[in-house]
Amino acid sequence: MPSLVDILFLSAGYNTALVCIGAALLGAASGAVGVFVLLRKRTLVSDAISHSTLPGVALAFIVGELFFGVGRSLPVLLVGAALSAGIGVLAVDWIRSHTRLTEDTAIGTVLSTFFALGMVLLTVIQSMSVAGRAGLEGFLLGATSGMTYSEAMIIAIAAVVVGFALLLRIKEFTILCFDEGFAAASGYNVTMLDRTLLLLLLAVVVIGLKTVGLVLIIALAIIPPVAARFWSERVPVVVALSAAIGAVGSYLGAAISASAPDMPTGGIIVLVLFSFFVVSLIGSPVRGLLAAYLRHRRFQGQVHMRQGLLSIAHDEPILEPVTRKLLVKARFMEGDGRVTPTGYAQARVIARDQALWNLYKQEEPDEAATVQEWSLKLIQEVLPPDTVKSLENKLGARVIPVGV
Amino acid sequence: MEIFWQFDFPSILLGTLAALVCGLLGNFLVLRRQALMGDAISHVVLPGIVVGFLLSGGASALAMMLGAGVSAIFAVVLIEVIRRVGNVESGAAMGVVFTTMFAAGVVILEQTGTAGVHLDVEHALYGNLESAVWLEATGIESLFDPAALGALPHDIGVLAVVTVLVVGFILALFKELKLASFDALLAQSLGFSPRFLGFALIVMVAIASVAAFSAVGSILVIAMFICPAATARMLTDNMATQIKLSAVFAVLSGVLGYLLGAFGPLMFGSYMSVSAAGMIAVVAGFFQLIAMLFAPQYGVIPRRWRQKNDLSNGAASDDIPSVAL
Repeated sequence: MPSLVDILFLSAGYNTALVCIGAALLGAASGAVGVFVLLRKRTLVSDAISHSTLPGVALAFIVGELFFGVGRSLPVLLVGAALSAGIGVLAVDWIRSHTRLTEDTAIGTVLSTFFALGMVLLTVIQSMSVAGRAGLEGFLLGATSGMTYSEAMIIAIAAVVVGFALLLRIKEFTILCFDEGFAAASGYNVTMLDRTLLLLLLAVVVIGLKTVGLVLIIALAIIPPVAARFWSERVPVVVALSAAIGAVGSYLGAAISASAPDMPTGGIIVLVLFSFFVVSLIGSPVRGLLAAYLRHRRFQGQVHMRQGLLSIAHDEPILEPVTRKLLVKARFMEGDGRVTPTGYAQARVIARDQALWNLYKQEEPDEAATVQEWSLKLIQEVLPPDTVKSLENKLGARVIPVGV
Repeated sequence: MEIFWQFDFPSILLGTLAALVCGLLGNFLVLRRQALMGDAISHVVLPGIVVGFLLSGGASALAMMLGAGVSAIFAVVLIEVIRRVGNVESGAAMGVVFTTMFAAGVVILEQTGTAGVHLDVEHALYGNLESAVWLEATGIESLFDPAALGALPHDIGVLAVVTVLVVGFILALFKELKLASFDALLAQSLGFSPRFLGFALIVMVAIASVAAFSAVGSILVIAMFICPAATARMLTDNMATQIKLSAVFAVLSGVLGYLLGAFGPLMFGSYMSVSAAGMIAVVAGFFQLIAMLFAPQYGVIPRRWRQKNDLSNGAASDDIPSVAL
């Protein structure tokens, strides 16, 4: 077994290097395609696609073996997979649009019955020839160990082709995902675009069968886009990020799986991708958990500070420990609970600010309801100067008495 | 005939019970647009089953079921967390969780060398319906012999208990479940908690799939949660009728599917047999296809035929197909 470092730097033999590169290209292509599938909210269609490849693979094997003696040839099997997956996708669409059954039922029906048909055909193959089945087992969970040079090459080239096909239509797909009506009105054939997108998805699923296996291949089209979505709101950025996550994850996964025994390629790739997802979920500066927590803490602090200062202004005791801590930290209060002169000064400012906010709510209840920072920030930081001016005039020169 | 009772009967019973228990619950899943719940659950239980297997040091059914239950609950929680916290669409959240958990199960399986010993992924997918045997059986009279009945495969006992549980659940909560599935708001205003019912339903689905899973494999479980209910839904608008019909289709698929799998190839002069679990699912899918095409009121062909007739009679069609938006 070559070491992981050797594999990562592509110095563990030509085949292993090619398998890793092929996996990376596959990951990039499926990550990019997956973004649009995610935005179209059709993620689980990929599940129907992947499962419905099985009868095609089995039939291609039977036909190839019986009539041409080429049953184990990868291109033949992949063509069979693509054909039956195509029928599967059309079946999902047909059930969804022509019967009263919903899309989830359509997907479930197709994936389970097609896969079951594949199982039946596999048992037929089993009784046909014992030796030949060895080539088919890898399709379930993916196996790169026995992959030949030409097979790895086919996968790499096909992934590149899919990637380029997506780039050619990226503008149309973006419009389709965000505004189907606008896309139709602009003269795009929406049905055709949807079909093209599913065709690309089908292509990455079929290409990935051998590397990742049909049960897990859909993870390649689901996890990278979901992870990438955390980092940006712009489609080109999300597509690039998703492709990168898919590529790096698949590359790492394929390398780890080649470096040790009993490491199923598909499983390892998915786990690596999931770790990227977890990092995104926690660490993304916009939508991540950590950022959300920090935002929440800041908000909490603002509320506590304001309420504390208002309590000082109204000469009420401050019992809440969090509030006290914040006030002490801002030097508005001594550690023993005495309010400092700056504390009184600030309390006066906040009390007047609160009075202005309250007046604003009284005068313009509708507009006040739409202001998100109502009484969180100083009023002049939120509202335009002339509004504040007129509020101040109305409030008059009343000074709110504070402390001492 | 003795061979039938010893080898075929227990498999038919097992397949049919599994089909029935999943098919009944499927009615609610299909209506609530949760048809893929069965798919998700049967993927996520793999790591639990493997860990249960490892911890108990053997194929202890109880440990594996416990493990499966724990992972199913874990998955449901994880999906909710990702959906809510990450603001991820529910289908995608489900996809992330079930692929990851299945991958984890596969890796643990391979790493611990459990694969090939007693458990493998193919077994989990395809099940092992044909291996159910009832050696004590001598004929139909064995059905009335308590001693012989006691020797029925363990899985059948488990599934029978779960079937009773599921039927009881549906009978006891039929009105509430129906209401919560069709009109969650009304259910809430009447004082039922649709959320609690939804959760109870998922728990029942998890129990049923775990019980059926080890005997018939996940693919048959997924198919049975959907096909019989979808077939029945094509035929009727009445919930009670739909449930009864789905039970009929589930049982028919179970029996016919097994017979086709075991004896179908004989008709072509071959002595092999094909996967019974696969064949049951294929038969269930075939029933659904027939219903989708020919159901009197909602079938595609009768509807098209009626439209044509209405048009040629010059009458306005009252059966305007809904335009997909």
